[in-house]
Amino acid sequence: MKAIVRTLLASLVAVLIGGASLSTATDHFRAFTTEAARRLAVREHPVDVPAVTLETETGARLDLAEFRGRWLLVDFVYTRCPTYCTTLGSEFAQLQRSLAAPLAQHKVQLLSISFDPEHDTPQRLAEYLQRFRTSDSEWLAARPVDQEGLELLEKRFGITVIPDSFGGYTHNAAIHLVDPHGRLVEIFDAGNPSVAAQAVMQRLEP
Amino acid sequence: MIARLQLHSARGALVLLVVLLAPPIRHALEASMTTQMLVQIPLLITVGVLLSRAVPARVDAAIAAWDYRGITGLVLATLVGAFWMLPRSLDAAVSDPRFDIAKYLSTVLLIGLPFALSSRRMGFIVRGVFLLELIATFFRLGWLYLIWPDRLCNNFLLDDQQRLGRYMLLIGALLFIWIAIKLLWGRLDSFAEASSPALYQDTGARHL
Repeated sequence: MKAIVRTLLASLVAVLIGGASLSTATDHFRAFTTEAARRLAVREHPVDVPAVTLETETGARLDLAEFRGRWLLVDFVYTRCPTYCTTLGSEFAQLQRSLAAPLAQHKVQLLSISFDPEHDTPQRLAEYLQRFRTSDSEWLAARPVDQEGLELLEKRFGITVIPDSFGGYTHNAAIHLVDPHGRLVEIFDAGNPSVAAQAVMQRLEP
Repeated sequence: MIARLQLHSARGALVLLVVLLAPPIRHALEASMTTQMLVQIPLLITVGVLLSRAVPARVDAAIAAWDYRGITGLVLATLVGAFWMLPRSLDAAVSDPRFDIAKYLSTVLLIGLPFALSSRRMGFIVRGVFLLELIATFFRLGWLYLIWPDRLCNNFLLDDQQRLGRYMLLIGALLFIWIAIKLLWGRLDSFAEASSPALYQDTGARHL
């Protein structure tokens, strides 16, 4: 009888501690995957984007911090990518159409950042844009100029790039929204650009 | 004799742990979701099981006073096991060294060791419930990994996830066939025969 009571007590302690650990590990049972956790974390605690130097498709250098003052939609790509990034490319093209007005007013900017800077020279970035963009305006493609910059970007944005079985890469593709203060505030599914466009339009309304 | 067995088991556990910690083997097993979940973690649990044989009878008897029919150990091992079934934990074990260390410590000391100590004390019903729940978990997780269209872990590829799903369904099916054969032709309590009968707190449970 004593052993039963003790066992119940010990099990109860294990359940309480275990339950608390599982709750902490899943943000109170809201995020079971790293990707869900990343999106939740950004919504609750916006992340300052780092001041990383980028080289654009024209060869011009600029700092990620220079985009402050407008809403920035960022995706991470590599131009050799045969699958996901083509989807991302056409999604940004779709955003160019649905956000045409705020883009023209310089309230919004689209930016594709390459995580394969060795291969993605300005020329290749220009070709990438050529393939997808519907108009000339407000969509830049750029690569970080050094490895530290790339690592810092991946860390702050929460991008994990792994090699795939075909000599390319797989990464957690998404559309990232940075506010005019330079804070990453929301992350959207790559497959659904209209949701991202809607969110931007909502935030633009006073 | 018992002292010798204890020494051998402790040595075996140590050797297996060192092998699993060796960087080339560790990296190879952690490069894929399938090998991490179906090879590395089960082998780490095995280290804990081997270690349990080196636990002195006196210590085991003290634990038994708090572990009626193995319930406490089973609850502990199940909770820690659930933690390492979260895709987020598997992901973090690869990208965050703190999680990796936690994985090594907890699978050995909080899953393998307590489960092995408690399994000797489990009666027919506890054992049956555990086995059926284990099979159900393999089916549930396997099915999820197989049909989920997106990657659940940022560090692993989709085809790896689907392969893991297929293997988990296969393991679930094999376990089910094994338990079905046991139910029809064998005795469920027979896998405890290797352990010393003196460790039984509740001798009645053994022959249920």
